[in-house]
Amino acid sequence: MLLVKNLHASVNGKEILHGIDLHVRAGEVHAIMGPNGSGKSTLAQVLAGREGYQVTQGSVTYLDHDLLAMPPEARAREGVFLAFQYPVEIPGVSIALFLKTSLNAIRRERGLPEVDAMDFLGLVRERMKRLGMDEAFLTRAVNQGFSGGEKKRNEVLQLAVLEPLLAILDETDSGLDIDALKTVADGVNAMRGPERAIVVVTHYQRLLDYIVPDYVHVLSQGRIVKSGGPELARELELHGYGWVEAKNGARQVA
Amino acid sequence: MNVMEITHSDELERVPTGLAGHDVPWVIRARQQAFARFSAQGFPTRRDEEWKYTDVSVLTRRASLAPDDIPPDPSSEAALHAWSLAQEGTHLMVFVNGHFSEELSAMGELPEGVHLGSLAQRLEDGDELLRPYFEGEEHTVFGALNNAFATDGAVISLPPNTVVDGPIYLLFIASGHGVAIYPRNIVLAGAGARATIIEHYMGTLDSHNFTDAVTELNLGAAADIRHYKLLQEGPAAVHIAGIHADQQADSRFASHSYALGGHLGRNDITSRLLGPHCHCTMNGLYLLDDKQHMDHHTRIDHLAPDGTSREAYRGILDGASSGVFNGKVIVHPGAVRTDADQSNHNLLLSRQAEVDTKPQLEIFADDVKCTHGATVGQLDDDALFYLCSRGIDANLAKSMLMYGFANDIIEKIENPTLRNRIEGLVLDRLPQGENLSL
Repeated sequence: MLLVKNLHASVNGKEILHGIDLHVRAGEVHAIMGPNGSGKSTLAQVLAGREGYQVTQGSVTYLDHDLLAMPPEARAREGVFLAFQYPVEIPGVSIALFLKTSLNAIRRERGLPEVDAMDFLGLVRERMKRLGMDEAFLTRAVNQGFSGGEKKRNEVLQLAVLEPLLAILDETDSGLDIDALKTVADGVNAMRGPERAIVVVTHYQRLLDYIVPDYVHVLSQGRIVKSGGPELARELELHGYGWVEAKNGARQVA
Repeated sequence: MNVMEITHSDELERVPTGLAGHDVPWVIRARQQAFARFSAQGFPTRRDEEWKYTDVSVLTRRASLAPDDIPPDPSSEAALHAWSLAQEGTHLMVFVNGHFSEELSAMGELPEGVHLGSLAQRLEDGDELLRPYFEGEEHTVFGALNNAFATDGAVISLPPNTVVDGPIYLLFIASGHGVAIYPRNIVLAGAGARATIIEHYMGTLDSHNFTDAVTELNLGAAADIRHYKLLQEGPAAVHIAGIHADQQADSRFASHSYALGGHLGRNDITSRLLGPHCHCTMNGLYLLDDKQHMDHHTRIDHLAPDGTSREAYRGILDGASSGVFNGKVIVHPGAVRTDADQSNHNLLLSRQAEVDTKPQLEIFADDVKCTHGATVGQLDDDALFYLCSRGIDANLAKSMLMYGFANDIIEKIENPTLRNRIEGLVLDRLPQGENLSL
């Protein structure tokens, strides 16, 4: 589904990713772990198409498309979804309007009829119930005045409503208490399925107790330095990132 | 006597037969004196501090300032709009080029004692009640011109403690080329009276009309009046207006100004909080494009203790448009414990668009709480990316951010029917706006 080859990317002329290789197949859950500054979020942003990130080398193929040639909205319509580490506030725009507009943009691309207000509310209410969210949420302005937990829950709600094929979760666990973490993880787990791939980007192993990955990759200094099964996450928890970095002779972060 | 004055005096002598009250001595005298005041001052220039950013010199090039005396038939579009408003349970008065159209109006049932009627009729009758409004000093020189030429408008009088449920809807249709239009509205709200009043100005694509409108509102003790102004003049129209309220103790006045169409517009909106515990709201939204220019000058005078005022204006400017916001809040000596808040936020969508914003707080009393803020910014790139990353195309994402920005003002409209209507008008102005309703 997603094939990343020798991906190099820079921000403001400074290279952050120094050749990433990653292959994610439908039905798989991959975790990308790494310390602060290792390039995890840069990878997520590049995949979603954020402006300001220059790809200097390499390729990204998604379902036979050259992903890097597509504008962000086209990626989303083809089924790529990024749950933001820092969801953005959209004052004056309700979650209901935002989600319905997104859903219909994606449905149009897939040749499906647009949903009307009634059908949309039916669908979104059902998803909210599943995530233990209050319906009053729908009328609030997107992310405005939300707590950290509410913002993350809102990302997972979008994931549940938009039903992407490839979901990338960027530090979705940061800022969550244990109860919120469980709810969010349940929401993500409910999305697991044979057609869908999930990439979980995280600093901590904690989230992976709830969303158990098929593969774990350790990112350091803009490279994947180690890949393995879920046991790799637990080893990292025990020994810290220094362990992998030392083993691979990577320079310590200044 | 200068040349300009002679020309305009001739004009005044030429039209009286077409002006309401031409048989009533005090009306004639009041009009002549008002015209003399206008002539003495002439149109303002950009050397006047209050008109620094708004150039009305186009008016000096008009062939005539006189209103026409025979109203034409309105366009079928305008007639249809009037008809649909009448179906919504509004108390509707329609004016075509400043003349009341009984045929298009539907005043409906009003509570006992409430009077809603034509100003022209009252002037014809020489109604003494209107006399102070025509004989006093005007707020601006355009007020003087309006006093001289006022054709018609609504007189609304509400006895104490009456509540008018449906909105009183005053629809002003500009129809025909280049006419000068002088609407004049007078609202007398008795103690404890409540009503919602809408002034809607509609124009056609090609009319180069000049409208000079004045609305005066007198709020008795504890009266509650909500006033909405919708400016949807044609793209070549010049629209200058004054909305002036006087508030007695415990009254609430809310002014909402939506500027959505017109070539050059100026609203002077003022309120005087004359008694204690008054509340005044002033909200506004201007959406400008091409070479449109819109100027809001507002003024809130806190003259008594314990008054509160809340003012929020927002503008979205594209093309080579320009906007002006000048908001004065004056806390006079003795107006202790005044609580005033004012804000003006602007979104500039193009390099050629320009906005001049000037909040002016003047405080001459102790123990007051006054805040104000003004910003000028662009669309937020992070927010655009967020929307695009959810499959929304870039142009629709921009419209969505504009809608959100405007919505902070729109959602302050309490009446849901009116809120939906105004939201619809705003969405009509945004690219792909039709995709932005639930």
